[in-house]
Amino acid sequence: MRINCPLCGERDLREFYFKGTKLACPDSEEWGADWDDYLHNRDNPAGVSQELWQHVAGCGVWLIVMRDTVSHVIGRVAVAKDEVRDAG
Amino acid sequence: MVELTANSPLDLWLPISLGHCDISEIIPQGITSISPFKANKNNNYTELNAVLPHKYPNANRATGKDGNRLIWMSHDTAFLIGPAPEKITAKHAAIVDQSDGWVIVRVAGDDSEKVLARLTPIDVRAHHFKRGYTARSMINHLNVSITRVGANAFDLMVMRSFARTLVEDLTEAMKTVAAR
Repeated sequence: MRINCPLCGERDLREFYFKGTKLACPDSEEWGADWDDYLHNRDNPAGVSQELWQHVAGCGVWLIVMRDTVSHVIGRVAVAKDEVRDAG
Repeated sequence: MVELTANSPLDLWLPISLGHCDISEIIPQGITSISPFKANKNNNYTELNAVLPHKYPNANRATGKDGNRLIWMSHDTAFLIGPAPEKITAKHAAIVDQSDGWVIVRVAGDDSEKVLARLTPIDVRAHHFKRGYTARSMINHLNVSITRVGANAFDLMVMRSFARTLVEDLTEAMKTVAAR
């Protein structure tokens, strides 16, 4: 499996660290079902999954990676910092 | 009073020559990380470039030459290998002295590409990785910065605590290449 880092180019899997599914942090400061979901409940999709990966052995940036969990085909890859900035 | 003499990190271990490959330590005048502030990035580093010895490098590139080189290291960070940049002020970039934190090893010789090919997952052949190209990648399990500085010469940069592991990995690869 190879991931196309937007900064470094296409690199081998061994250079990356996998964090998990990209989730939006709940807005509320009170405990509720949304926090329960955020902390404990995960989907286990057979198909495209939006994930957080870090290019630890390369540029060090966090990436948002679209990965197909069945075929391991890598789709869109973006620098997480830029995505968050663009989202405001 | 005992006079203490400062040693470089690999003073006792390098240089080594094996087959058609030589490794030696490069001792820079200094290493400084430069992280430009957003305003500089937005105006294409014009103000920052005016106070740097060479242009601020694009991703995966290095500028300058031996003794004064700027190497791209990460998102919004480059290392200046050379004398400390005195003209940079707080309006340009955040700068941090890294001189004692990193070690630079030059891999040179006709077999240097073959030696590196045994250690790193990236393609360092000349048509793909030209002079002035740089990459953050791995040498075995070590995180490394690899820069091509000549037709048959590369500068590898690792954190100082990895210095002897880097030499051991390189020496093993040089032995196996030389044995063929």
